[in-house]
Amino acid sequence: MAMGIVWTALVLVSLVFAALTGRLDDTAKAALDGAGSAVKLCVSLAGAICLWSGVMELMRRSGLLAGLTKLLRPLLTRLFPSAKKSSGTADALALNVSANLLGLGNAATPAGIRAARLLADGDTATDELCRLVVLNTASIQLIPLTVCVLRAEAGAARPFDILPAVWLSSVCALAVGLGAERLMRKKRR
Amino acid sequence: MSIVVPLIFAFVGVFSLCRGTDVFSALTDGARDGLKVVLAMLPPLVAILSAVSMLRASGAMEALTCLAAPLLGAVGIPPETAPLMLVRPLSGSGALAVGSEIISSFGPDSAAGRAAAVMLGSTETTFYTVAVYFGAAGIKRTRHTIPAALCADAAGFLAAAFFARIL
Repeated sequence: MAMGIVWTALVLVSLVFAALTGRLDDTAKAALDGAGSAVKLCVSLAGAICLWSGVMELMRRSGLLAGLTKLLRPLLTRLFPSAKKSSGTADALALNVSANLLGLGNAATPAGIRAARLLADGDTATDELCRLVVLNTASIQLIPLTVCVLRAEAGAARPFDILPAVWLSSVCALAVGLGAERLMRKKRR
Repeated sequence: MSIVVPLIFAFVGVFSLCRGTDVFSALTDGARDGLKVVLAMLPPLVAILSAVSMLRASGAMEALTCLAAPLLGAVGIPPETAPLMLVRPLSGSGALAVGSEIISSFGPDSAAGRAAAVMLGSTETTFYTVAVYFGAAGIKRTRHTIPAALCADAAGFLAAAFFARIL
Protein backbone atom coordinates (compact mmCIF):
# COMPACT_ATOMS: atom_id res chain seq x y z
CA MET A 1 0.00 0.00 0.00
CA ALA A 2 2.69 2.47 1.03
CA MET A 3 4.66 1.83 -2.15
CA GLY A 4 1.50 2.32 -4.20
CA ILE A 5 1.09 5.79 -2.72
CA VAL A 6 4.78 6.58 -3.32
CA TRP A 7 4.60 5.44 -6.95
CA THR A 8 1.42 7.41 -7.68
CA ALA A 9 2.87 10.49 -5.98
CA LEU A 10 6.08 10.25 -8.05
CA VAL A 11 4.11 9.98 -11.27
CA LEU A 12 1.81 12.88 -10.31
CA VAL A 13 4.71 15.16 -9.34
CA SER A 14 6.48 14.26 -12.61
CA LEU A 15 3.34 15.05 -14.61
CA VAL A 16 2.89 18.45 -12.96
CA PHE A 17 6.57 19.39 -13.34
CA ALA A 18 6.70 18.17 -16.93
CA ALA A 19 3.63 20.22 -17.82
CA LEU A 20 5.07 23.31 -16.10
CA THR A 21 8.53 23.02 -17.63
CA GLY A 22 7.32 21.87 -21.06
CA ARG A 23 9.17 18.56 -20.85
CA LEU A 24 6.22 16.24 -21.46
CA ASP A 25 7.91 14.54 -24.46
CA ASP A 26 11.04 13.72 -22.46
CA THR A 27 9.02 12.58 -19.45
CA ALA A 28 6.85 10.21 -21.46
CA LYS A 29 9.95 8.73 -23.09
CA ALA A 30 11.66 8.47 -19.68
CA ALA A 31 8.86 6.24 -18.37
CA LEU A 32 9.69 3.67 -21.06
CA ASP A 33 13.45 4.16 -20.74
CA GLY A 34 13.23 3.65 -16.97
CA ALA A 35 11.39 0.35 -17.36
CA GLY A 36 14.04 -0.75 -19.85
CA SER A 37 16.90 0.25 -17.58
CA ALA A 38 15.31 -1.74 -14.73
CA VAL A 39 15.60 -4.88 -16.86
CA LYS A 40 19.17 -3.97 -17.86
CA LEU A 41 20.00 -3.38 -14.20
CA CYS A 42 18.66 -6.82 -13.22
CA VAL A 43 20.56 -8.51 -16.04
CA SER A 44 23.79 -6.78 -15.05
CA LEU A 45 23.25 -7.68 -11.39
CA ALA A 46 22.14 -11.25 -12.09
CA GLY A 47 25.59 -12.71 -12.68
CA ALA A 48 27.13 -11.17 -9.59
CA ILE A 49 24.16 -12.05 -7.37
CA CYS A 50 24.24 -15.68 -8.54
CA LEU A 51 28.01 -15.91 -8.08
CA TRP A 52 27.87 -14.39 -4.61
CA SER A 53 24.91 -16.58 -3.60
CA GLY A 54 27.02 -19.57 -4.65
CA VAL A 55 29.97 -18.47 -2.53
CA MET A 56 27.63 -17.77 0.41
CA GLU A 57 26.10 -21.22 0.13
CA LEU A 58 29.64 -22.60 0.18
CA MET A 59 30.41 -20.57 3.34
CA ARG A 60 27.33 -22.05 4.97
CA ARG A 61 27.94 -25.68 3.93
CA SER A 62 31.64 -25.69 4.78
CA GLY A 63 31.02 -24.46 8.33
CA LEU A 64 32.63 -21.05 7.83
CA LEU A 65 29.41 -19.35 8.94
CA ALA A 66 29.25 -21.58 12.03
CA GLY A 67 32.86 -20.65 12.84
CA LEU A 68 32.15 -16.93 12.60
CA THR A 69 29.04 -17.41 14.73
CA LYS A 70 31.12 -19.07 17.47
CA LEU A 71 33.66 -16.24 17.26
CA LEU A 72 31.03 -13.49 17.67
CA ARG A 73 29.07 -15.14 20.48
CA PRO A 74 31.10 -13.80 23.46
CA LEU A 75 30.99 -10.26 22.03
CA LEU A 76 27.20 -10.39 21.62
CA THR A 77 26.49 -11.72 25.10
CA ARG A 78 28.15 -8.53 26.39
CA LEU A 79 25.82 -6.38 24.27
CA PHE A 80 22.77 -8.48 25.19
CA PRO A 81 23.05 -9.46 28.89
CA SER A 82 19.95 -11.69 28.81
CA ALA A 83 21.68 -13.91 26.21
CA LYS A 84 24.04 -14.98 29.03
CA LYS A 85 21.19 -16.85 30.65
CA SER A 86 19.82 -18.45 27.49
CA SER A 87 22.13 -20.18 25.06
CA GLY A 88 19.31 -20.31 22.47
CA THR A 89 19.15 -16.52 22.42
CA ALA A 90 22.93 -16.22 22.18
CA ASP A 91 23.03 -18.67 19.24
CA ALA A 92 20.27 -16.86 17.35
CA LEU A 93 21.91 -13.46 17.93
CA ALA A 94 25.34 -14.66 16.84
CA LEU A 95 23.94 -16.30 13.70
CA ASN A 96 21.96 -13.15 12.87
CA VAL A 97 25.01 -10.89 13.09
CA SER A 98 27.44 -13.22 11.33
CA ALA A 99 24.99 -13.91 8.48
CA ASN A 100 24.51 -10.13 8.09
CA LEU A 101 28.28 -9.62 7.98
CA LEU A 102 28.63 -12.16 5.18
CA GLY A 103 25.60 -10.79 3.32
CA LEU A 104 23.49 -13.92 3.82
CA GLY A 105 20.11 -12.19 4.08
CA ASN A 106 18.28 -15.51 3.78
CA ALA A 107 19.93 -16.82 6.95
CA ALA A 108 20.10 -13.52 8.85
CA THR A 109 16.40 -12.68 8.96
CA PRO A 110 15.05 -16.00 10.37
CA ALA A 111 17.80 -16.00 13.03
CA GLY A 112 17.05 -12.38 13.88
CA ILE A 113 13.35 -13.12 14.20
CA ARG A 114 14.10 -16.08 16.48
CA ALA A 115 16.26 -13.79 18.64
CA ALA A 116 13.56 -11.10 18.63
CA ARG A 117 10.92 -13.58 19.85
CA LEU A 118 13.23 -14.76 22.63
CA LEU A 119 14.05 -11.20 23.73
CA ALA A 120 10.40 -10.05 23.58
CA ASP A 121 8.40 -9.71 26.77
CA GLY A 122 4.75 -8.78 26.19
CA ASP A 123 3.78 -6.30 23.50
CA THR A 124 6.21 -3.52 24.51
CA ALA A 125 9.74 -3.61 23.10
CA THR A 126 12.43 -4.33 25.68
CA ASP A 127 15.71 -2.39 25.65
CA GLU A 128 17.55 -5.36 24.22
CA LEU A 129 14.96 -5.83 21.48
CA CYS A 130 15.35 -2.16 20.49
CA ARG A 131 19.09 -2.74 20.37
CA LEU A 132 18.68 -5.83 18.17
CA VAL A 133 16.56 -3.91 15.66
CA VAL A 134 19.00 -0.98 15.63
CA LEU A 135 21.82 -3.48 15.06
CA ASN A 136 19.93 -4.84 12.06
CA THR A 137 18.95 -1.46 10.58
CA ALA A 138 22.59 -0.29 10.56
CA SER A 139 23.78 -2.52 7.75
CA ILE A 140 27.05 -4.22 8.62
CA GLN A 141 28.20 -6.04 5.53
CA LEU A 142 31.73 -6.98 4.53
CA ILE A 143 31.18 -6.98 0.75
CA PRO A 144 28.27 -4.83 -0.50
CA LEU A 145 28.49 -6.54 -3.88
CA THR A 146 25.35 -5.01 -5.47
CA VAL A 147 26.79 -1.52 -5.08
CA CYS A 148 30.13 -2.59 -6.54
CA VAL A 149 28.34 -4.06 -9.58
CA LEU A 150 26.41 -0.79 -10.04
CA ARG A 151 29.74 1.05 -10.05
CA ALA A 152 31.35 -1.42 -12.45
CA GLU A 153 28.40 -1.21 -14.85
CA ALA A 154 28.57 2.58 -14.87
CA GLY A 155 32.24 2.33 -15.86
CA ALA A 156 34.09 2.88 -12.58
CA ALA A 157 37.84 2.37 -12.88
CA ARG A 158 38.02 0.52 -9.55
CA PRO A 159 34.51 -0.53 -8.47
CA PHE A 160 35.75 -1.94 -5.16
CA ASP A 161 37.62 1.15 -3.97
CA ILE A 162 34.58 2.26 -1.94
CA LEU A 163 34.86 -0.70 0.45
CA PRO A 164 36.79 1.09 3.23
CA ALA A 165 34.35 4.03 3.07
CA VAL A 166 31.40 1.61 3.33
CA TRP A 167 32.92 -0.20 6.32
CA LEU A 168 33.73 3.02 8.19
CA SER A 169 30.29 4.52 7.47
CA SER A 170 28.56 1.35 8.69
CA VAL A 171 30.58 1.45 11.91
CA CYS A 172 29.68 5.14 12.43
CA ALA A 173 25.98 4.42 11.81
CA LEU A 174 26.05 1.46 14.22
CA ALA A 175 27.88 3.41 16.94
CA VAL A 176 25.48 6.36 16.70
CA GLY A 177 22.47 4.00 16.61
CA LEU A 178 23.55 2.12 19.74
CA GLY A 179 24.46 5.40 21.46
CA ALA A 180 21.08 6.92 20.57
CA GLU A 181 19.32 3.80 21.85
CA ARG A 182 21.09 4.21 25.19
CA LEU A 183 20.40 7.96 25.45
CA MET A 184 16.73 7.78 24.48
CA ARG A 185 15.99 4.85 26.77
CA LYS A 186 13.41 5.75 29.38
CA LYS A 187 12.00 3.64 32.15
CA ARG A 188 9.32 1.30 30.90
CA ARG A 189 5.82 1.97 32.05
CA MET B 1 40.89 -3.04 -2.43
CA SER B 2 40.55 -5.12 -5.59
CA ILE B 3 42.30 -7.96 -3.80
CA VAL B 4 39.46 -8.45 -1.27
CA VAL B 5 37.02 -10.36 -3.45
CA PRO B 6 39.46 -12.80 -5.13
CA LEU B 7 41.03 -13.33 -1.71
CA ILE B 8 37.65 -14.24 -0.18
CA PHE B 9 36.92 -16.65 -3.05
CA ALA B 10 40.32 -18.31 -2.67
CA PHE B 11 40.01 -18.55 1.11
CA VAL B 12 36.49 -19.97 1.02
CA GLY B 13 37.48 -22.45 -1.71
CA VAL B 14 40.58 -23.75 0.08
CA PHE B 15 38.81 -23.87 3.46
CA SER B 16 35.85 -25.78 1.99
CA LEU B 17 38.05 -28.28 0.13
CA CYS B 18 39.99 -28.96 3.34
CA ARG B 19 36.71 -29.56 5.18
CA GLY B 20 35.63 -32.01 2.46
CA THR B 21 32.68 -29.93 1.25
CA ASP B 22 31.38 -30.52 -2.28
CA VAL B 23 32.54 -27.10 -3.48
CA PHE B 24 31.13 -27.02 -6.99
CA SER B 25 27.62 -28.22 -6.17
CA ALA B 26 27.40 -25.65 -3.34
CA LEU B 27 28.37 -22.92 -5.82
CA THR B 28 25.80 -23.99 -8.41
CA ASP B 29 23.01 -24.58 -5.86
CA GLY B 30 23.64 -21.14 -4.41
CA ALA B 31 23.65 -19.58 -7.87
CA ARG B 32 20.26 -21.16 -8.54
CA ASP B 33 18.91 -19.44 -5.38
CA GLY B 34 20.51 -16.21 -6.60
CA LEU B 35 18.47 -16.43 -9.77
CA LYS B 36 15.28 -16.49 -7.69
CA VAL B 37 16.44 -13.35 -5.88
CA VAL B 38 17.01 -11.59 -9.22
CA LEU B 39 13.59 -12.64 -10.52
CA ALA B 40 11.93 -11.28 -7.38
CA MET B 41 13.82 -7.98 -7.79
CA LEU B 42 12.72 -7.27 -11.35
CA PRO B 43 8.99 -6.37 -11.06
CA PRO B 44 9.32 -3.72 -8.30
CA LEU B 45 12.40 -2.28 -10.03
CA VAL B 46 10.52 -1.82 -13.31
CA ALA B 47 7.75 0.12 -11.53
CA ILE B 48 10.03 2.29 -9.44
CA LEU B 49 12.80 2.99 -11.96
CA SER B 50 10.30 4.15 -14.55
CA ALA B 51 8.75 6.58 -12.02
CA VAL B 52 12.22 7.78 -10.96
CA SER B 53 13.23 8.34 -14.60
CA MET B 54 10.07 10.39 -15.13
CA LEU B 55 10.92 12.43 -12.04
CA ARG B 56 14.40 13.15 -13.43
CA ALA B 57 13.15 13.98 -16.95
CA SER B 58 10.36 16.25 -15.71
CA GLY B 59 12.79 18.45 -13.80
CA ALA B 60 11.28 17.59 -10.41
CA MET B 61 14.47 15.84 -9.26
CA GLU B 62 16.48 18.97 -10.08
CA ALA B 63 14.04 21.08 -8.08
CA LEU B 64 14.39 18.74 -5.09
CA THR B 65 18.19 18.89 -5.43
CA CYS B 66 18.16 22.71 -5.48
CA LEU B 67 15.81 22.81 -2.51
CA ALA B 68 18.04 20.50 -0.45
CA ALA B 69 21.33 22.05 -1.60
CA PRO B 70 21.80 24.76 1.07
CA LEU B 71 21.18 22.36 3.97
CA LEU B 72 23.09 19.38 2.55
CA GLY B 73 25.93 21.51 1.22
CA ALA B 74 26.51 22.87 4.72
CA VAL B 75 27.18 19.37 6.10
CA GLY B 76 29.21 18.21 3.10
CA ILE B 77 26.63 15.90 1.49
CA PRO B 78 26.31 16.15 -2.33
CA PRO B 79 22.74 17.53 -2.84
CA GLU B 80 22.18 15.14 -5.78
CA THR B 81 21.87 12.32 -3.22
CA ALA B 82 18.80 13.91 -1.55
CA PRO B 83 16.28 11.59 -3.29
CA LEU B 84 18.31 8.54 -2.24
CA MET B 85 18.33 9.60 1.42
CA LEU B 86 14.56 10.14 1.32
CA VAL B 87 13.79 6.68 -0.08
CA ARG B 88 16.53 4.60 1.62
CA PRO B 89 14.72 3.93 4.95
CA LEU B 90 11.41 3.14 3.19
CA SER B 91 12.09 0.80 0.31
CA GLY B 92 14.99 -1.44 -0.65
CA SER B 93 14.13 -1.66 -4.35
CA GLY B 94 13.35 2.08 -4.39
CA ALA B 95 16.80 2.82 -2.97
CA LEU B 96 18.43 0.50 -5.51
CA ALA B 97 16.53 2.24 -8.34
CA VAL B 98 17.36 5.77 -7.17
CA GLY B 99 20.97 4.86 -6.31
CA SER B 100 21.66 3.26 -9.68
CA GLU B 101 20.05 6.24 -11.41
CA ILE B 102 22.32 8.68 -9.53
CA ILE B 103 25.43 6.57 -10.20
CA SER B 104 24.73 6.34 -13.94
CA SER B 105 23.54 9.98 -14.33
CA PHE B 106 26.48 11.63 -12.57
CA GLY B 107 29.13 8.94 -13.12
CA PRO B 108 30.43 6.34 -10.64
CA ASP B 109 33.52 8.39 -9.75
CA SER B 110 31.74 11.75 -9.33
CA ALA B 111 31.27 13.08 -5.79
CA ALA B 112 27.52 12.33 -5.96
CA GLY B 113 28.04 8.87 -7.50
CA ARG B 114 30.58 7.84 -4.88
CA ALA B 115 28.53 9.18 -1.98
CA ALA B 116 25.40 7.44 -3.32
CA ALA B 117 27.26 4.11 -3.60
CA VAL B 118 28.61 4.32 -0.04
CA MET B 119 25.18 5.35 1.33
CA LEU B 120 23.55 2.43 -0.45
CA GLY B 121 26.16 0.01 0.93
CA SER B 122 26.25 1.22 4.52
CA THR B 123 22.56 1.65 5.42
CA GLU B 124 19.47 -0.57 5.54
CA THR B 125 15.75 -0.35 4.78
CA THR B 126 14.98 0.77 8.34
CA PHE B 127 11.17 0.77 8.36
CA TYR B 128 11.01 -2.61 6.64
CA THR B 129 13.41 -4.14 9.19
CA VAL B 130 11.47 -2.67 12.11
CA ALA B 131 8.19 -3.98 10.67
CA VAL B 132 9.57 -7.50 10.11
CA TYR B 133 11.18 -7.92 13.54
CA PHE B 134 8.47 -6.31 15.64
CA GLY B 135 5.73 -7.93 13.60
CA ALA B 136 7.24 -11.37 14.19
CA ALA B 137 7.77 -10.74 17.91
CA GLY B 138 4.24 -9.34 18.39
CA ILE B 139 5.45 -5.93 19.59
CA LYS B 140 2.94 -3.07 19.51
CA ARG B 141 4.84 -0.37 21.43
CA THR B 142 8.18 0.14 19.69
CA ARG B 143 9.35 2.84 22.17
CA HIS B 144 12.59 4.53 21.05
CA THR B 145 13.57 2.04 18.35
CA ILE B 146 12.56 4.07 15.29
CA PRO B 147 14.13 7.38 16.43
CA ALA B 148 17.35 5.54 17.36
CA ALA B 149 17.43 3.68 14.03
CA LEU B 150 16.84 6.94 12.12
CA CYS B 151 19.72 8.55 14.04
CA ALA B 152 21.86 5.66 12.81
CA ASP B 153 20.71 6.29 9.22
CA ALA B 154 21.46 10.02 9.46
CA ALA B 155 24.91 9.26 10.87
CA GLY B 156 25.44 6.71 8.09
CA PHE B 157 24.58 9.29 5.40
CA LEU B 158 26.87 11.93 6.90
CA ALA B 159 29.72 9.47 7.32
CA ALA B 160 29.16 8.09 3.79
CA ALA B 161 29.50 11.54 2.23
CA PHE B 162 32.59 12.26 4.34
CA PHE B 163 34.43 8.98 3.74
CA ALA B 164 33.45 8.85 0.05
CA ARG B 165 35.19 12.20 -0.29
CA ILE B 166 38.39 11.57 1.67
CA LEU B 167 39.07 7.88 0.90
